[in-house]
Amino acid sequence: MPHTSASLATKCLTMLVKDLKLELRDKYALNAVLMFGITTLAVVSFSLGQRNLPPHLLGALFWVIMFFSAMSGLAHIFIREEESGTSLALRLAAPPDAVYIGKLLFNLILLSVLTVIITPLFFIFTNAPVSSAIDFIPILILGVLGLCSATTLIAAIIARAAVKGALFAVLSFPIIIPLLLTLVISTQKLFEGSGVGGVMTELQFLLAYMVVMIVGSLMLFKFVWTE
Amino acid sequence: MFSFIEPAPQKIIGEASRIFYYHIPQAWISVIAFAMSMIYSIRFLKKRSLDEDDKAAATAGLGFMFCLLAAVTGAIFAKVTWGSFWNWDPRETSIFILLLIYGAYFALRGAIAEDEKRAALSAVYAIFAFITVPFLIFVVPRIVPSLHPSDSIVNEDMKFTMGPSVRTIFFSSLIVFTAVYFWLFNITRRALKIKRHLLNEDK
Repeated sequence: MPHTSASLATKCLTMLVKDLKLELRDKYALNAVLMFGITTLAVVSFSLGQRNLPPHLLGALFWVIMFFSAMSGLAHIFIREEESGTSLALRLAAPPDAVYIGKLLFNLILLSVLTVIITPLFFIFTNAPVSSAIDFIPILILGVLGLCSATTLIAAIIARAAVKGALFAVLSFPIIIPLLLTLVISTQKLFEGSGVGGVMTELQFLLAYMVVMIVGSLMLFKFVWTE
Repeated sequence: MFSFIEPAPQKIIGEASRIFYYHIPQAWISVIAFAMSMIYSIRFLKKRSLDEDDKAAATAGLGFMFCLLAAVTGAIFAKVTWGSFWNWDPRETSIFILLLIYGAYFALRGAIAEDEKRAALSAVYAIFAFITVPFLIFVVPRIVPSLHPSDSIVNEDMKFTMGPSVRTIFFSSLIVFTAVYFWLFNITRRALKIKRHLLNEDK
């Protein structure tokens, strides 16, 4: 049915545009995520001083910064709907799939902005090998996709619970462990000079993880949303 | 009981290897309990009956308890045989993540007041967390090599490697642990149901 699929895509885009407009108005999530990321990076950098870190620590540090920055802002997209009381209207106006995809795209954009700013700063502040920066891009893209695909459903769940902020990290962490570990391993390999060829298995794993998380979220989202 | 009377099952490790009669059944039961919790979660989302949610919560709680027991007995066993309580062996890592998942599951349940909402959201979380388990199986063994023996129960030809008396004690222990699990499951499930009805009557 080309008609319905086209309208689903339009609805997703409408959702996305609406969220982007709202976000540009108050920039709450963007500020939270960016400031959190930059602050953490600065603390890490200060505490390191002039010391050079071995590559395996650098990979872990980078993804720890990314994980906690993501945790500070990605849940906002659903919490805002609950707090402003617009979630009921949204439930009537759009099918759950469109809501989920719209919110997922928004989180992707948010985290991509963070990555684009944090990654160069990370290379500047630490002794991460700049020569591996180009090869780092596929890992970054898949890492951002994986983080968003796994946490958007969790954000929808916690928006409906009582203690939102603390629960988000608690619920997300066990789900994200396989993703984080793989990201850390592949980043270590890359910083040690393996090149893209050396991390192919990890990249395939990241891709598979993302697909499974998105499919699982799409199947489960309507139960969270319409409850 | 017989686990203390019969000779120790493993000559090299000696007396401490008796803990094997408890450790392995506990780990098995916890995995079974978590799998049942996911099945009841799926059934809740299909049927929308709060009884299913009671069952999912009851069996998840028991799974958590047995998982904790397995972790503690495992840590004691590890101290004696490998020299330290905890060393992030793949199975220790996965049991740790299982504890994290179900810890988070109960944190979520505690944060939602309404029955229906709590049931649906925690069911979704239980299912979502369960589908990440295959990824863990792939990624965790790549970090640290395993110290767990893979041939203590079945060898490569799928033949039992235990002697007759060890086998008898091990399987009777497994049966007793399973019976205890179902007994506790029945009690907690009914207790949760009664609690829910009492709370509703108060309102």
